[in-house]
This record gives sequence, C-alpha cells and structure tokens, in this order.
Amino acid sequence: MHDYSTQELMIIAAARQINDGERIFVGMRLPITAYGVARLTHAPNAVGLFESGVSRYEPAEDMLYTMCDGPNQLGAAWTTGLIQIMGLLSGGRVHAGFVGGAEIDRFANINTSYIGDYENPTTKLPGSGGAPDIAAMAERLIIIINHQKHRLVEKVDYITSPGFLTGGDARKEAGLPGGGPSVVITDRAILRPYGPENELHLASVHPGHTEEEIKENTGWDLKTVPDLEETPSPSKEELDALHTIDKEGFWRS
Amino acid sequence: MLTLGDKTINGDKLCSLADAIRDLVPDGSSIVLGAALENAIPFAATHELIRQGKRNLNMIAPISDISTDMMIGAGCVTEVTGAWVGNVSGGMGHNFRRATEKGEPHQIKVHDYSNFSIGMAFFAGAYGLPYVPLKSILGSDIIKSNPRIKMANNPFSDGPDPVALVPALKPDVAFLVVQRADRFGNSHIWGSTGLTQEASIAANRIIVIADEVVEPEVISSDPSRVLIPGFGVNAVCHIPAANHPSPLIGKWKRDNAFFHHYHKETREPENFQRWLKEWVLDLPDHEAYRTKLGGELEELRIEGEALSAPANYAVE
Repeated sequence: MHDYSTQELMIIAAARQINDGERIFVGMRLPITAYGVARLTHAPNAVGLFESGVSRYEPAEDMLYTMCDGPNQLGAAWTTGLIQIMGLLSGGRVHAGFVGGAEIDRFANINTSYIGDYENPTTKLPGSGGAPDIAAMAERLIIIINHQKHRLVEKVDYITSPGFLTGGDARKEAGLPGGGPSVVITDRAILRPYGPENELHLASVHPGHTEEEIKENTGWDLKTVPDLEETPSPSKEELDALHTIDKEGFWRS
Repeated sequence: MLTLGDKTINGDKLCSLADAIRDLVPDGSSIVLGAALENAIPFAATHELIRQGKRNLNMIAPISDISTDMMIGAGCVTEVTGAWVGNVSGGMGHNFRRATEKGEPHQIKVHDYSNFSIGMAFFAGAYGLPYVPLKSILGSDIIKSNPRIKMANNPFSDGPDPVALVPALKPDVAFLVVQRADRFGNSHIWGSTGLTQEASIAANRIIVIADEVVEPEVISSDPSRVLIPGFGVNAVCHIPAANHPSPLIGKWKRDNAFFHHYHKETREPENFQRWLKEWVLDLPDHEAYRTKLGGELEELRIEGEALSAPANYAVE
C-alpha cells in the first residue's frame, strides 16, 4: 500500500507537466488541483486560464463546483469574456491545456460527442465545450482519462478534439497550429506519442501496476518506448502541497 | 405594452417576465438563455417559457447547464445550437440524451460548435461580419457534423493553409441575468461573462432580468461596468435569484445540491414530468418558486462584502 491514492498520483503527475511561468488552460476537477500543486511546488509563476473568462494566479481558496463559481472570481487576475481568454489560445499565447474525455484512440484523438454514428448515435455525450479549441491551439495538450479498454480504443467514433488524426504528419497537414498531445495520464500509466507516426506508446508505469495489465486494458496493440520508466512516487513536498490545496480530502479516497 | 423592435428605446421597460416572453418570444424563435457558461443562467425565463408552452425553439448557447435539458424535456425545443449540453456537476442531461438517442419527447437537431467557434459566430453576428475564418476547430469532426461550417484556404497564404469558415449567428432573443440594471435596461455585470456581450449584441431582442433595479445614476456612475447599454434592451424584468440554481457573482451562491437532485429525479421521463410539475408547471411565477425554496434559497444569499475600490471619473 502507498501513502497516497491513485487520484493523488494522477494529480501530481499532471502537476509535473506544468512548467514555471507558463500560461495554462486549467479546466475543472483534477487539473485545477494539479495547477494548485504546481504553483506551490515547482511552478510558482504559472498563470491559470479558464475559458468562461477567468484568469488567476493563486488557485481559488474555496471548493469549486464549476469554473464560474464565486471563489474562482474573487481575487482573480482578470474576469472577462470567453473570447478574451480563448483568444489568447487562438493567438498562440497558451503553453499547455488540460482536457479529459470519454474515449481516446491510439493517435490521441478524443471523443466527447457521439458513440456510434453521429447521425444516429447510440449514446449522445454532452459535447465539446472548449476542448477542440484547446486541442487545436495550445502548444501542448495534457490529456487525463481513466484507463479502461472501452475508453482507450483503436479509433474513436467521432473526433471532438484532435490529437494526431491519422498519425504521422496528418495533424500538420490539417493546418493545426498547436503542437498536439504531449502526454496522456491515466490511473495506470503515462502514455506519450512516440516515433514518426506519433502513435501513443507506454512511457511510464505507475507504481503497483504492470506492463502486461496496462496492455490488457488498452484497446489497441500498445507499444512501449525504449526507455520505459516507473512513474516516480509523489514526494513529501508534492503531497504536502496537494493536502494544502485539497483541504477536504476530496481526492484522497 | 411592449412591441417588437426598438420603439421603446428611451422608455421605462420594466415589465413582468410573463409579459416580456408573451410579446417578444414567438414560437419558432432562436433564443439564448444565458451565455456566461455556468453562472448567471436565467432559469426564471426557462421556467416561464415552459409554462407558456413555447414550441419549436432553437436554443443557442455554448453551455447553459441544465436549462437546455429542461427545455428539451418539456417539449419546447426542436434545435440545439451549441457546444455542450448536460448537467455540469451531475453529468449527462437525461432529456438531451432521450431526445438525441430515442427521439423522446421528439427528435431534435443538434448543430455542433466548440466554445470558441460559437463565440466567434456570435461576434460575427454582433458586428456584421458574414463569417469568421477559424483555425481552432480544424481536425475536429464538428466540421463534418455541422454542415454550416465550410472549409477554405487562407487567401493571404501562398501555400496550403486551411481555415474553417463559420457563419454569423444572430439569435432572435437573448435573455440575460444581471446583478443590477435601471428601468431603461442599462446594466451592470461583474465577474466572468462568457459570451454574454457578443450573444446579446448579436440578438435582435434583449430581455434583461435584473437581480436588483437601481436608479439610473447608480449605473451611470460607473459606465465601464456596463456590459449592455439600455438602448439595445427591449424589456427589463426585476426578479431576484432568477439565476437559481446557478450562481450570480456577489449575490447568490451555486445550489449544487439542486443540480444533483435534478440529475437523480429526471433519470426516467415520468420522473422528469413529476419534477417539472412540482418545480415549474404548478408554480405561477418565480415568486412562488422562491417561496417554495424558502430557507434553502436564503442560505445561498451572499451576505459578505468584498467591494472593489471606487474608480474616479472626475473631469477636473
């Protein structure tokens, strides 16, 4: 047993993706906590952006249910409109953004719209929000998803948010300015695009998980990078920062 | 009595929400019910549109939380133009799923956008641009599932440089909740506003729902805080907590339990009908809704103060 939960490990793995001084499209739930941890540890000068029209330095002090809640506005760096904040993204001024999803495929395309044919779907998911814009325009895209075979699929039914499309140079040829997915953080592992095809490879195994188990739970023939790592356990400093941010222990169980 | 168009520009526009909706929102209208994303959603208008049995509406918004789901379940909607429909803290919108997956209570047409592309479509609608060329939805199947969006090559580029052309959106009516307005519709809003300004300016008619109605001098003392000037507003309705259960900055907290309750209670169509009867159809107006909420609503009232520093507009 570890002295941290899987969720906590994911948050800390996500926090490590934020570099100091970067402008980050944060989003809700896990990434907002990751942003807070990064600010308290290695990235004290990171800037958080929320598509509803909020920019913050310090993370909000009170619990947020949505990015539009009062605590996210009190003491903000800027409260404005969506076009002003997402315009920074469109203008190429955002270093990285977080997105989640219901389905992701081996070229890191994400579906949050339709399961089945979009004209006659078996399941209608809520839709895109701002995720396609973040996926298209941010310099790096950090993806967080639960690692299950039905979520990590060979090919998504509908590309809501583009990764590397059909692989190789397809993303560039489609005219997408942002660099695309740099990392996929799951509850079992970290995947990264690797090689000329930009196919997602297993890059790091979380403590307590095995390569075999991860491959079994992936919907395509998951390859491994040559220098496969074990995800470093959270340090005391990182866990202390997380417990400062997550006062109520929301992510602890 | 209100009339369509701008005949009431300089008049007192205070009226009941029921009158405003009766006069300004015919069946078949395209409407924006809040465009701030998850705050300041005019649920009071959602309820009144449902009570008046409006039909064939096109709901246009990036995200209006459960407001859109309620309208769909009540049978008011034939089209949804937006980026996201669901229950932000609860998960999926059950009525939206029933309509799109099974055609219950009837089929709806979904026009897919992302948040930035719908925002820029409002921007184009507001400022007279026929379309906007965007990079931010390239690679997304939104371009396939929404046939209104066309692909082109940037004419200023020498080589291949794809752009997506998104046509202007001009809604018939925009409803917005504001913290305070005067009786002419000059409105102060603070906190994040999402697409409120672009969607409202793009709309043909604006209905302002003010948490507080103040003297015109209060608004004109701080014109930089005016998001929508009164000359574009058709009606002003004074309704406290019209945003419930969404939050209104500095006025009301989010009623998160209400969103969860809605999620649980609307899983089956018959349960949704029961929910709708209890919370909308059996209540004559928003005052009755507030009375029904009672102490629950009082607990959401923001009592504290975190006042901004005054801004000096003096000329000498």
